[in-house]
Amino acid sequence: MQDFIRRAQALAQDGALGYDQKVRRLAALATEAIPYPTLTAEAREALDARLICDLYEGPAPYTARYILPDYDKALRQGLQHLELEPPQDLDDALAFLQIMYAHVPSVTTYPVYLGDLDKILERFVPATMTDAELDRTLRRFWISIDRMVPDAFAHLDLGPHDSRITRSIFRVERSLRQAVPNITLKVDPAVTPDDLIEDGVRTVFETGKPHFVNHPMMVADHGEGYAAVSCYNSLKIGGGAHTLVRLNLKEAALRHQGTSETFLAAALPHWVELTAELAEARIRSLVEGQRFFATHWLATEGLIDIDKFSAMFGIFGLAECVNHLMALDGKANGGAGRYGHDLDADVLSIRVVERVAELVAARPMPYCEGGQGRCYLHSQGGIDLDDHVTAGTRIPVGDEPDLLQHITTCAPHHHLFAAGISDIFHVDETAVRNPQAMVDIIKGALDQGMRDFTFNLADNEFVRITGYLVRKSDLAKIADHGAVRHTSDQLAAGSEDAYHLTERTVQRVGCHERTPR
Amino acid sequence: MNAPLADPHPADAPRADAQFVTANLADVITFSSVDGPGNRFVVFLQGCNFDCIACHNPQTIATSAHHPVSVDALLPRIRRAAPFLSGITVSGGEATQQHEFVHHLFTAVKADPATAQLTCFVDSNGACDTSVWDDLAPVMDGAMIDLKCLNPSIHERMTGQPNDQVLASIRHLRAIDRLYEVRLLIMAGVNDDPILLQRTGEWLATVDPRLRLKVIAFRLHGARPHDPPLRETPRRRIDEVAAQMQAIAPFDVTLV
Repeated sequence: MQDFIRRAQALAQDGALGYDQKVRRLAALATEAIPYPTLTAEAREALDARLICDLYEGPAPYTARYILPDYDKALRQGLQHLELEPPQDLDDALAFLQIMYAHVPSVTTYPVYLGDLDKILERFVPATMTDAELDRTLRRFWISIDRMVPDAFAHLDLGPHDSRITRSIFRVERSLRQAVPNITLKVDPAVTPDDLIEDGVRTVFETGKPHFVNHPMMVADHGEGYAAVSCYNSLKIGGGAHTLVRLNLKEAALRHQGTSETFLAAALPHWVELTAELAEARIRSLVEGQRFFATHWLATEGLIDIDKFSAMFGIFGLAECVNHLMALDGKANGGAGRYGHDLDADVLSIRVVERVAELVAARPMPYCEGGQGRCYLHSQGGIDLDDHVTAGTRIPVGDEPDLLQHITTCAPHHHLFAAGISDIFHVDETAVRNPQAMVDIIKGALDQGMRDFTFNLADNEFVRITGYLVRKSDLAKIADHGAVRHTSDQLAAGSEDAYHLTERTVQRVGCHERTPR
Repeated sequence: MNAPLADPHPADAPRADAQFVTANLADVITFSSVDGPGNRFVVFLQGCNFDCIACHNPQTIATSAHHPVSVDALLPRIRRAAPFLSGITVSGGEATQQHEFVHHLFTAVKADPATAQLTCFVDSNGACDTSVWDDLAPVMDGAMIDLKCLNPSIHERMTGQPNDQVLASIRHLRAIDRLYEVRLLIMAGVNDDPILLQRTGEWLATVDPRLRLKVIAFRLHGARPHDPPLRETPRRRIDEVAAQMQAIAPFDVTLV
């Protein structure tokens, strides 16, 4: 109790948090007084040791972690709960969405999905509307989103088809340079024109957005009705994820006595089952205990459907896990036999991930029809509390090989992670004068099996932390103990301290004046 | 040293088997966004027939340094990068000094199903016989030529060589539809006299009034010390040169 009071007091008095941020954190703290769902002693011990992890979602989840409302359906049928008629024009549609966003729950308390805006708004944009009028209207909406949903996990999707709305959104993005919203461009080489991808690339140069996602791969896993949300998760529209649990592969490997073979055969099944147990307990608590789907208006009005939900099974620390197993096998080779730099290590990393995928696919999970009764595998981008553990399947920050090697190391993992995976590539500024070069690399990366491609300029004001964006100037403000607007900036400051993400190895996309030798 | 005047490959003579032809290699860059259109794999050949005061890769000038590499050794590296590329570029040093190798490399790239979609470009100082371009034309998609100066004596001061072959190369490449762009390296106080630039633009307009022109500011990075010391060309000067060129003809001008 003393500790609880101390933490509550610290939050109340934290000068770097705004009023809304304090309200949300104090509310989260309060739920800690509720008993945790019952776990076996082994799972409890693993959770306490943070070998398995619930991402601090709290002991009594009363919202699904990630929710993807069917905004198109909402715009067509109206909202009873919010007493809104179906809108008839663009202004009404944008006002409708803005109101709805304020009431869509998620683990962050802000909506993590804002809709596939090009598709749901298309029928509201008359042919008589000029591009300048469209830009002006969307610009006002964009400023509202950033100020009213101050969280870079709020994410919208565009593509794969070209659209006036997408072109306008990219123009507005480049002129406003906001951290919010996060954006994904769905890319299907068969239907997405190169110059739309190039327009996206030019937007990345200004704002660090959008991500480029492998549309055919996503459709194969989820059907046409999917979206990329938060940072960086792919789920069904009208569905979502109940919870996200994670297995810390680094810690699992460090506890292992034996070889990589015994790790795959005996240790992984043990830890995967404990992680699955944690997921099941949390799902039952949400669905059966707090009865979220029986009571929330999104469910009762048919805008979400529990049969389109699943849970996310995340892994992280793959790089350290592989490097440790290489040492156990006597193949560390004085540090040279490591992930991203050694063929045996890269092969082992794929075997580890494939083994986890096989075990997760064999473990039935209740209320997870969205994933055919199984968890979705996810490569978690990492959180600000992970210290010296590499996010997901990434290569450690500062240890990245050249861009081609980096992509070809990451790509073979991507098809296994239906619920999302992200690797972030940094390129030097020579790419700015030749956006077609980045289009080539993006299309190549998707062609080689990457699920999503995210890149940023080395010296951009916008920094991707684990998938969401912050402005360097905002991080500097936190360092100086000033309050900032975006909740995600607070998380980013923690990640920056723990990971030194802004020290990523910069990849030159070649340079004419480079000394060749 | 100039390329031999006689065609080294009469049409009826069989070429040497590609795998045995080696080049003197300086280095390769897997991904480059500054050596032609899109993302490109760049092969830097060692050895140059110019000795430019502005050279930013002076260690590639000497032909004595020798790192032999065969087409067969390069191909797997290009194949691996191919899904991510618009094409390959051979640069230098001076690519045309080893044009036989360039021909073999491009032929092999075009013949391999994994790389056939790649465009093949040469980045050159243009100082070679025009027969070299005729020889490369069937397998080369485009050439990027540096024009250091229209004035022969200034050109000789800047490069150690005359510019007649350079001018002939530019005109000939345009005639056989293989001229991708001309680069003008601007060194303030050396080759940026307004009257000289006016003549340069007018001459280029006779080659092609819609030519792709890249106006490049001289930067000290990589260049050797010089007496008197060279100075960097300010961005403002490059903007002026670009405006001057655009007033002469509807060139497609980019600035670097």
